[in-house]
Amino acid sequence: MSILIDENTRVLVQGFTGREATFHSQQCLAYGTKIVGGVVPGKGGTTHLDLPVFDTVRAAAAATGANASVVFVPPAFAADAVMEAADAGLGVVVCITEGIPTLDMLKAWRYLQSRKTRLIGPNCPGVISPGKCKIGIMPGHIHKPGSVGVVSRSGTLTYEAVDQLTRLGIGQSTCIGIGGDPIIGTNFIDAIKLFNEDPATEAIVMIGEIGGAAEEEAAAFVKQNVKKPVVGFVAGQTAPPGRRMGHAGAIISGGSGKAEDKIRAMREAGIAVCMTPAEIGQKAKDVL
Amino acid sequence: MKIHEYQAKGILARFGVPVPRGEVVYTPEEADSAARKIGGSVVVKAQIHAGGRGKGGGVKVARDAQEAVEIAKKMLGMKLVTHQTGPEGRIVQRVLIEETLPIERELYLGIVLDRAQAKPVFMASAAGGVDIEEVAARSPEKILKEPVEPGTGLSPFQARNLAYGMAIPPASAPAAAAAMIALAKAYEAVDASLAEINPFILATDGRVIALDAKINLDDNALYRHKDLLELRDLNEEDPLEVDASRFGLNYIKLDGTVGCMVNGAGLAMATMDIIQYAGGSPANFLDVGGGASAEQIQNAFRILLSDRNVKAVLINIFGGILRCDTLATGVVAAARELKVQVPIVVRMEGTNVDEGRRILKDSGLNFTVAEGMRDAAEEVVGLAR
Repeated sequence: MSILIDENTRVLVQGFTGREATFHSQQCLAYGTKIVGGVVPGKGGTTHLDLPVFDTVRAAAAATGANASVVFVPPAFAADAVMEAADAGLGVVVCITEGIPTLDMLKAWRYLQSRKTRLIGPNCPGVISPGKCKIGIMPGHIHKPGSVGVVSRSGTLTYEAVDQLTRLGIGQSTCIGIGGDPIIGTNFIDAIKLFNEDPATEAIVMIGEIGGAAEEEAAAFVKQNVKKPVVGFVAGQTAPPGRRMGHAGAIISGGSGKAEDKIRAMREAGIAVCMTPAEIGQKAKDVL
Repeated sequence: MKIHEYQAKGILARFGVPVPRGEVVYTPEEADSAARKIGGSVVVKAQIHAGGRGKGGGVKVARDAQEAVEIAKKMLGMKLVTHQTGPEGRIVQRVLIEETLPIERELYLGIVLDRAQAKPVFMASAAGGVDIEEVAARSPEKILKEPVEPGTGLSPFQARNLAYGMAIPPASAPAAAAAMIALAKAYEAVDASLAEINPFILATDGRVIALDAKINLDDNALYRHKDLLELRDLNEEDPLEVDASRFGLNYIKLDGTVGCMVNGAGLAMATMDIIQYAGGSPANFLDVGGGASAEQIQNAFRILLSDRNVKAVLINIFGGILRCDTLATGVVAAARELKVQVPIVVRMEGTNVDEGRRILKDSGLNFTVAEGMRDAAEEVVGLAR
């Protein structure tokens, strides 16, 4: 089993005909993802990658029976695209776009509260249920079907962790990149809750970074609710305060968001914390 | 993006927050005319993008215009060191000349993003004029909070809750509440990521005024605020960081000896961490992004090597879809072109990784190819010694 997406997920690509969207759609199709069409306002009625293109998500969903979408729309229009997907009733929306204004995301976030749509991201690599479905920009071949759930704020650091797991023969149920922005749809707690309830997930790897208090909140949740073993890592132990480390959300400000506080909270919750990213795979093997 | 105090006050004034009369000046002559215009005693405030200016000697009161000129002469061009600038300090290039005001009480007003609630939160405290982080740490009950609804702003009743909560006298409370609503309006209108007035003063005559102001802007929203882009002061930024930003590279200078070039922010931070764990110290954070084109790699090399402290370089690329042979070709070309002298350790993963490693080994340049992150870190730390 897996969470969020599987072999029955039918995916629309919003911003389908763009360069990045085209390349990654090809990669997802090659992985076996059921992409059923795309949405580009003004290009409805045409085809791209032998798939139908629609002007609106509503029309695309009605015609294709899609239940998920991936957003490659430029930052100025991405929050609107997320709301459009939610309005059309799609169950999962994965927003890859980096650079969305925070205020736009606050509005989209609020819009989603009264709807059943689950947003992943923005500014994230996406979600993959190995062997079943890949919605995102991660390299499919480093993954392997299995029983470890991975949730992370980072992209390439997640690939690093997954690669270590796969090389040790440990597969993954689902890997979720929740994104590096301060305002995101699905947070650590949401993802960990889903993994905790998924019978096929036996252990959880959570990869955090400096900024905010999501890791501390997730640690408290784990302590209260999770019996499955959890392995953790926090990037940015050497990051200077007050500087934004690449991700919009990765900043130590006002004395909060420090790696040491997150690591302490995770340890107190019984999470097996790795001090370097090189030991994530081995730690997961140890706890399984 | 950070902006200066006087620029933040300019924005706040546009939205109706009362600010002191004042003028920014670049020369002692301008200071003279500004001080005369204001009349009487004035405050001379160094304009740099860092807090703690008062303790560092960057805020001085002058009895009259003549003294203001003397102070401005000393302040303009001086190196101001505060707890936020680091030991290298900042050169003061502009000063703000402002009227002095009779202070009755110093309060704090601020808006930051509450990530968990996904809305801005308005904070107010009667314990203003001091480091608010210390107040938050020692006596959090002294900070009053009201959520700001996106689109709605701070409602009048919330502003009253805060004003009366801080025991502002009834005669001044309506003006204080109006200033708070205006601050919240400004925060949303300019896409701020932080807006702070510390201190927000109650004057002896009952007026309320923003004596200091700080606004940080959301970089992602600057495309829709062309007027605010002009407020950027490149003198306040590290020249290497400015250079890097022109090529879509995310570079932050640190003070270690191991230069790093990594794709992805999380992996870049984790690479810095593992260098320290191996006993070294990172010279920089550098995220070349997901694509890492040949041109970007060349510019990244150039920028990180212009830091004289760099004794060795670690390139850590987890390509995945990115082809390692393309990456290796780019690295070799850049190293040749720039005549790189320091040893380079390369750790890469992705499509065609074997071909990529062969290209590096056959180049005749000083490359060490490492397998995993730990090996790479230990190797590069050894070479940097």
